[in-house]
Amino acid sequence: MSATPASATAIPGMESGHYRSTKLPDIKLLMWVFLASDVMFFGTLIGTYLVYRGRSLVGPFPENVLDIPLTTVSTFVLLMSSFLMVLALHALRGDDIPKFRLWTFGVAFFGAIFLGFQIYEFAHFVDLGLTLQGNLFGTTFYVLTGTHGVHVTIGVIWLLSILVHSYVKPWSSKDEAYLEVAGLYWHFVDIVWIVIFTVVYLVEFV
Amino acid sequence: MAVSKVTIPAPTSGVFTRPTSETGILSWLTTVDHKRLGLLYIFTSFLFMGAASVEAFLIRLQLAAPGNTLLSPDVYNQMFTMHGVTMVFLAIMPLGIGFANYFVPLQIGARDLAFPRLNAFGYWVYAAGGLFLYTSFFLGSPPDVGWVAYAPLTSLSNNPGNGTDFYMIGLLVGGIGTLVTAMNLIVTIVSMRAPGMTMMRVPVFTWMMLVTSFLIIFAFPPLTIALFQVIMDRTFGTLFYVPAAGGMPILWQHLFWIFGHPEVYIIVLPAFGVISEVIPAFSRKPLFGYPVVILSGIFIGFMGFAVWSHHMFTTGLGPVVNTAFALTSFVIGIPTGIKVFNWLGTIWGGRVRFTTSMLYAIAFLITFVMGGITGIMLAVPPFDAQSHDTYFVVAHFHYVMGGGALLAFFAGLYYWFPKMSGRLMDERIGKAAFWFLVPGLHLIFFPQHIAGLMGMPRRTQTYVAGIGLELPNLLSTAGTFVMLVGLVLLLVNILHGIARGKPAGDDPWDARTLEWSTSSPPPHHDFDRQPVVNDRDAHWVQKYPESVHGERVPASASEPYDRAGIHLPGQSIYPFFMAMSLLVFSYGLLFHNFWVVGLSVALIFFFTYAWALEGVGGHHLQAGGGHGPSDGEEARA
Repeated sequence: MSATPASATAIPGMESGHYRSTKLPDIKLLMWVFLASDVMFFGTLIGTYLVYRGRSLVGPFPENVLDIPLTTVSTFVLLMSSFLMVLALHALRGDDIPKFRLWTFGVAFFGAIFLGFQIYEFAHFVDLGLTLQGNLFGTTFYVLTGTHGVHVTIGVIWLLSILVHSYVKPWSSKDEAYLEVAGLYWHFVDIVWIVIFTVVYLVEFV
Repeated sequence: MAVSKVTIPAPTSGVFTRPTSETGILSWLTTVDHKRLGLLYIFTSFLFMGAASVEAFLIRLQLAAPGNTLLSPDVYNQMFTMHGVTMVFLAIMPLGIGFANYFVPLQIGARDLAFPRLNAFGYWVYAAGGLFLYTSFFLGSPPDVGWVAYAPLTSLSNNPGNGTDFYMIGLLVGGIGTLVTAMNLIVTIVSMRAPGMTMMRVPVFTWMMLVTSFLIIFAFPPLTIALFQVIMDRTFGTLFYVPAAGGMPILWQHLFWIFGHPEVYIIVLPAFGVISEVIPAFSRKPLFGYPVVILSGIFIGFMGFAVWSHHMFTTGLGPVVNTAFALTSFVIGIPTGIKVFNWLGTIWGGRVRFTTSMLYAIAFLITFVMGGITGIMLAVPPFDAQSHDTYFVVAHFHYVMGGGALLAFFAGLYYWFPKMSGRLMDERIGKAAFWFLVPGLHLIFFPQHIAGLMGMPRRTQTYVAGIGLELPNLLSTAGTFVMLVGLVLLLVNILHGIARGKPAGDDPWDARTLEWSTSSPPPHHDFDRQPVVNDRDAHWVQKYPESVHGERVPASASEPYDRAGIHLPGQSIYPFFMAMSLLVFSYGLLFHNFWVVGLSVALIFFFTYAWALEGVGGHHLQAGGGHGPSDGEEARA
């Protein structure tokens, strides 16, 4: 985002060099590659959860603690945040800065609500006796959903940073790549949650 | 060439003044130049290789005679663990990445990697991870669980010292560096190829680095999560690998080898790439069957994820699983064999020059094929059942890693040294070193096949006399002395080359790829003009346009950079600070000091913002004397 001569900033997000054979912003490619890698991170965690599913020797077991209606609400909030993310990017592309700021704040706000639900859920589960060290379900559940929670937290901080930065240095449609990569990350974290919600929560009640 | 500097005004939000010194220690700490970082990678990997060689030497001295007591069993365990971890993670793999750092941008006509600061971060994290691992000698005990660190040996109750924590945290942190560098290389190779360089014109070394980078981004996450799980078990009392609570230690083996087998190709595919550069250059022929070599590399990359259980034939996965993985392991031998025939086909009918580099390439072919054949033997489950965890396996993977990857990298070192230093290495010392090093290597590892077939178990501190193991072990130990002479001569040759090697000129080997079209060593900005590529072997076509297809084709050329000139990104201290914050984090986690962990997380947070707000910065070089500000003017916060 530094002020570089015009020809060097033809493609936003470029840190070095000139010609780009794909004409794509480097940061966008980097984000796709990172997400491909992140698939394997979550894949390993979800795989571990599935391998250990039903192997806990003592309770509480999933059906004792999981609350589908509550988590459905938080899942819905997270999904709606992805919708706002699309609106924010659309507004920035159209140089509608007030709307871009509003929707970006909305994404972060909805993400924060989701995190609030998760904190409540964790505290509630600990009250019910489900701990990190208590049984395999606790170990795998907290590490998997906790890792996802860390991803959401980073996303919220990232989006709020974009929001603050848009006041420090006015953003325009030229900066769309920077919002788009945050959006790619955010959508990915959402999609991972859909998988986790299915594999951890819904499957127990089929 | 007359160039002048145009400084890009830095954003006003930087925390520190942006470093700009071009000499001295600060310039190396803050460098973002791929060539300097490549040299740092190569230098650091040689340091770690030296440490690993000392460990290997001690192992061989201990095993020279039956019943020897030079090393206690505990120290012996530490030595073979550190030797394996060092060679795999800190020596051979970073050596390939170092060559990639230096030569991928040059081979594709790019100015740098796509993210120069991220590249610096990758190097410093690797260095920090290695440093962290080696401080275990002073701050507790080195890891002693083998480089595979199987659960439940690594549980707190079975292994109460902090050696396992050093292993887990060190590899976790070092892995971050490898991951970001691989991502950086993918973006670079996909997006920064010079005009006209289609994927099927990309030099083979760069192609193999692309495949390797994809292997890294898919293979390291399972390892990272497995390490994370053991760290959680040991630090916070989770139950991932606690059998008493229902945990399954075999899960570690699966996760480790889902990483571990691709890791073999992460190490050896760059070596294949080097060989595919060296052999055509010294045979004065284009690589025989270029598309087949590329496709074989891609196929190896895919199949690399489908063979991991052949490391686990003896764990009782059942005949169906064993058969399936035996078949996939046979199949992966096919593309490797194809490549060997392509290299032979390149030499065939060529005007071969037996330089030291070419000698190493030929030694690679012979040694690697021998390692490949024992690999096929080990892929047969009944044979594996007999030879599992014996010295036969040790011999096999040292033929592949040492005889394969390392010899190929030595070929690459002799091949590229003139480009990196501007000077030639001495051929007489080089050949003398070769004739100690390669026979020494075979003398060390060939007898281990026999010791293994006679039943000598690996990772065991000693053996009894009278069961026929004395001779192979004595020969093996004798071989280390022979190889040591070769390694010392190699080091002498490197130092001699740097100090008083003959000037190399831009293209001493009359080679084929773009890195030889710029000066030796290349200027900071790499190319004076933007290379434009019209064929494979772009530099060769530029030199000998009539030699391709027997007729004149449009020569590959170059064109001036656009009017903004050549962009050189600004130096930055934040990659280094960020890596040091991760080092602080590692020690905090190791000593269970969560104030330090909190502090390091705060530092990481702070440096992330400083990094982002600092921007790319730097300056532009204007070819032919532009009218920018004078040289002394620097970007300031």
